[in-house]
Amino acid sequence: MAKITFPVEATHIKMFARALFDENPVYHDASAAGGIVAPPTFPQAVAQFDPDYHLRPKPGQPWFGSAKTPSGVEGKPNSMGGLHAEQHYEYHRHPRPGDVLTVETKLGKTWEKESKRAGKLTFRERIAEYRDQKGELVVTARGVSVATERPVDQG
Amino acid sequence: MTLKAGSLKVGDKHTERVASNLSRTQIVMYAGASGDYNTLHTDEIYTTKVAGYPSVFAHGMLTMGLTGKALTNFVGNGTLTKFGVRFTNQVWPGDSLDTTITVADIRQEGGQKLADLTLSTVNQDGKEVMTGTATTRIDP
Repeated sequence: MAKITFPVEATHIKMFARALFDENPVYHDASAAGGIVAPPTFPQAVAQFDPDYHLRPKPGQPWFGSAKTPSGVEGKPNSMGGLHAEQHYEYHRHPRPGDVLTVETKLGKTWEKESKRAGKLTFRERIAEYRDQKGELVVTARGVSVATERPVDQG
Repeated sequence: MTLKAGSLKVGDKHTERVASNLSRTQIVMYAGASGDYNTLHTDEIYTTKVAGYPSVFAHGMLTMGLTGKALTNFVGNGTLTKFGVRFTNQVWPGDSLDTTITVADIRQEGGQKLADLTLSTVNQDGKEVMTGTATTRIDP
């Protein structure tokens, strides 16, 4: 997969922390002791910098969400039913504003499992390496998504 | 503020309410900040009428982020070396979430003191929505 350039910015860290209702000054105030640092799950926000990210509506392209009708596309979109099963981070250091990270994602293992609550489950693993301007590894992220055969039974 | 090995022992716990009556708007705030606009989190009409769920639900990564808030409140900033989770149940608007962090081990690795932690985030019914582990550097 193509490499993504992820500039780490203080305003983005503030918005991300706000969404978590996290008022820790190290996400909001440049004069905080130790200076601004990214919260632990901030690497996920690389999606903002992926030009092809499939879960962001784009100009001139049909979007599978509702508008005039409940879905903007015919049939079952293939991005439906993809849930997040696992996420693992390994931190070599924590990103800070001014870092320009290069993120390379590789596909890992794929496996299947039968579930009572959602039918056949297909798990897919993705491993992303976040490197800084010097090529040093900053964060390694391993995510597992699961595609379900049907919506997860809430019973 | 970094945890100190001397004032920490295996079995120590930190519990924190990380979400109260979670709103659809907070889920949308997370979509905007993270860049994940999946309609299952942002579009009630699509999610109920097309995807077949009772309502929109939170990103797993919102739950992990909220758990991360409890984690940094407990261990300090920029000290984690590992943080990994499994999402076990969905989180819905109106849910309140509590995270419990338990010290599982205190050890030395390459001249650095580390603490291994187990993580559990449950909803208002006591149902576990996320389980995980983390490792943090601590001061001697």
